[in-house]
Amino acid sequence: MTTMTAQATQIYQVFIKATPEAIWDAITKPEFTSKYFYGVTIDVTPEERRSFQGSELQNTSNVLEFEPPRRLVHSWISYYDPEMAAEEASRVSWEIEPQDGGYSLLTVTHDQLESSPKTAESVSGAGWMMVLSGLKTLLETGEPLAG
Amino acid sequence: MLGVNDDDGVFRALADPTRRHLLDQLFERDGRTLTELESKLEMTRFGVMKHLRVLEDAGLVVTQRQGREKLHYLNAVPIRLIHDRWIDKYTEHRVSALAELKTRLEEPA
Repeated sequence: MTTMTAQATQIYQVFIKATPEAIWDAITKPEFTSKYFYGVTIDVTPEERRSFQGSELQNTSNVLEFEPPRRLVHSWISYYDPEMAAEEASRVSWEIEPQDGGYSLLTVTHDQLESSPKTAESVSGAGWMMVLSGLKTLLETGEPLAG
Repeated sequence: MLGVNDDDGVFRALADPTRRHLLDQLFERDGRTLTELESKLEMTRFGVMKHLRVLEDAGLVVTQRQGREKLHYLNAVPIRLIHDRWIDKYTEHRVSALAELKTRLEEPA
């Protein structure tokens, strides 16, 4: 069995039957994020991306680009683990492109992970895929992913 | 451009040993050039390009330009979606069928 070496640049892409506006809301508004982002409530403003567990603020990262409903770039620190939290900040870019037939293509690029191997390992594999699969299910069915 | 939400495209793309090999290579190390991918295969550059195109159309490979080079990245999300849509469903069923069998067999006659 080959083990994956976690990459310094990771790209995840998914088609979602939703408008760019609906996807934008789902990634920036707290009422949506808690339903697919490992139970974390996320609130994004043009300056900051704040993560809450319940009503308790867990982490604040910088928003680098904020262009609704097409492009969001923010810094990333895996604050939920002390070893990863000590690593350098990396970068997450969300790009939303409208497609035919009421679909949009969502691309998440997590890069600048060169100095953050533990974080790279942790977000790869199921990490981002669970988020995107859950986001797609939520937007297309209105229900969170079961299980 | 890829048929949106096209499970058929994903299954078709996976139904070929060369393409699975290409995915395995990207799984080992992502962000490779055509030249790198080609070097591990006994196949013409054109042949490898054709396979990569099928993988790209299925959404399993995403490319990004970096200067003069085109880098190929594995995008496993479509496989994850098939897993969530198909595999989970049936494995769950099997587990519950076994649970039921156990209950039935252990019931006092």
